[in-house]
Amino acid sequence: MSMSGDNRDRAIVVRGVRKRFGDVRALDGVDLEVAHGTVLGLLGPNGAGKTTLVRILATLLHADGGSASVVGLDVRRQAGELRRRIGLAGQYAAVDENLTGLENLRMVGQLYGFSRRRATTRGGELLERFELLDAGNRPVKTYSGGMRRRLDLAAALVAKPPVLFLDEPTSGLDPRSRLSLWEVIGQLVGEGATVLLTTQYLDEADRLADTIAVIDHGRVIAEGTSDELKDRVGGERLEVRLDDGASAESAAAALAPMSDEPPTLEDGLIKLSVRQRRGTIVEAVRRLSEAGVGVDDLALRRPTLDDVFLSLTGHAAEPEELGAGDTEEREAVAR
Amino acid sequence: MRRLVTDTLVIAERNLIRLPRAPDLLLAFTVQPIMFVLLFRYVFGGAINTDGIPYVEFLIPGIIVQNIAFGGFVTAIGLNEDVHKGLVDRFRSLPMARPAVLAGRTLADVATNALSLTILLVTGVIIGFSFHTSLGQAAAGVVLLLLFGYGFSWFFALVGLLVNSTESANSVGFIAVFPLTFISSAFVPPSSMPAVLRAFANVNPFTIVVNAMRSLWIGTPAGNYVWGAFAWSLVIVVVFAPLAVARYRRAAGR
Repeated sequence: MSMSGDNRDRAIVVRGVRKRFGDVRALDGVDLEVAHGTVLGLLGPNGAGKTTLVRILATLLHADGGSASVVGLDVRRQAGELRRRIGLAGQYAAVDENLTGLENLRMVGQLYGFSRRRATTRGGELLERFELLDAGNRPVKTYSGGMRRRLDLAAALVAKPPVLFLDEPTSGLDPRSRLSLWEVIGQLVGEGATVLLTTQYLDEADRLADTIAVIDHGRVIAEGTSDELKDRVGGERLEVRLDDGASAESAAAALAPMSDEPPTLEDGLIKLSVRQRRGTIVEAVRRLSEAGVGVDDLALRRPTLDDVFLSLTGHAAEPEELGAGDTEEREAVAR
Repeated sequence: MRRLVTDTLVIAERNLIRLPRAPDLLLAFTVQPIMFVLLFRYVFGGAINTDGIPYVEFLIPGIIVQNIAFGGFVTAIGLNEDVHKGLVDRFRSLPMARPAVLAGRTLADVATNALSLTILLVTGVIIGFSFHTSLGQAAAGVVLLLLFGYGFSWFFALVGLLVNSTESANSVGFIAVFPLTFISSAFVPPSSMPAVLRAFANVNPFTIVVNAMRSLWIGTPAGNYVWGAFAWSLVIVVVFAPLAVARYRRAAGR
């Protein structure tokens, strides 16, 4: 597809991209746009097609149909030119375990066409920036998971690419490493990079992404800012934790008139969406006390992306450990 | 073209840097071949009749050819690991010359083959091997070995790209190459084998290369073996290098 003028402010344009692996439709007509200097969070469960889309955009995989361009370059016909302008960091931390951090970065720099000296200097800068300077001369196999991810991200940044693809950059990391990686990604965006980020973590998309595209079974099923998506689910959420021994049925029955949907109950926590914020807590307390139900805690909160995902797809977005979907997808690719 | 050369050197350097840090691989290059030399020399050697040539002189060229053929194993296993750990994805996303990932690997194998060749030769000399030919012939033998090993590195590159795991890279390589090296003149004279095996051994390229090495190092009759061995080595490179590169490109373009 030729890039017409109205696409000029778009760093990434995806039109009707399809890809199948055998009988599995990994991507079933995906349309997406990402504006320059913004972060698109591609949110979906394992096997939804996120990784496949990233691989197509990063020139690793050819789509069966549709078209895609990144910084105005067609991902298939202008792949060679495009590779100079993208950086890829993946969920599998593609660094060589037997090289040191600096050796990894120097190798990547040289493969971008840098001289050895320039690649070494750039590697040093990145190690400093990612707080890996002390570990820079140690083989990567001695690194922690978080350090590897930081190095992987550093490798993606060697050539200062205007567009970054981050495929589940924090999956499997402990909370502290996630936070520090989030900080770094936030800084990159602040410097003007365009980022396409895939994640199974709703809080990650919420925190990092300007816009979020929810993808399920190879299709984009919703797109918008975090707030827009939350508005689509509508309303505030009332959460009531009951006293031990209190009757959940009586509580649910007492609260039911406050919502258009029946309350849900899980692990002793009753949740319902309510039409308005004002007076809700007072009314809930009154109804529950009239029903004689003891309350341990009661709170009103905005819907989270969890709620969004549940209401859009009918199933929760619980990250599975190494879900079957992505493994199959990867193996299909490796074959 | 310039990019192909520089990228190939960068990848070759990477594979050489990492080698001393992978102790299991290093053992495969050093201790294991020495062990086999000693086992064959002292366990089987006494029972094998080699037409008046001392067994140690018969054995060393043969066992070195076998070891050099297996030197490319590092490429099969390493490439397979790179595919599965995502490193090949990283390489494919870089603006580098595509064949360099393979060319750098196989080039690094030449260096490791030179190392294992040296170790085996020194071991051989310690247990009684000596050259009976000119320096030029001995050197030509070294060149032949490295070229032959280079061909097998490309074969193993293809294996590494085709199989699903490093375990199967291991067994495919082993099952395909190991019997070939034994049904040859590497360890015993083919004349001692049953007719069918002997017929196979006589046309087996391993026999041709081993006989060429014996002629270049201990002065057995050269016949057509030397030029035949160089021809075979070149054929192996010319067949398997394009197949491996095509496979790499195809995997990249899916």
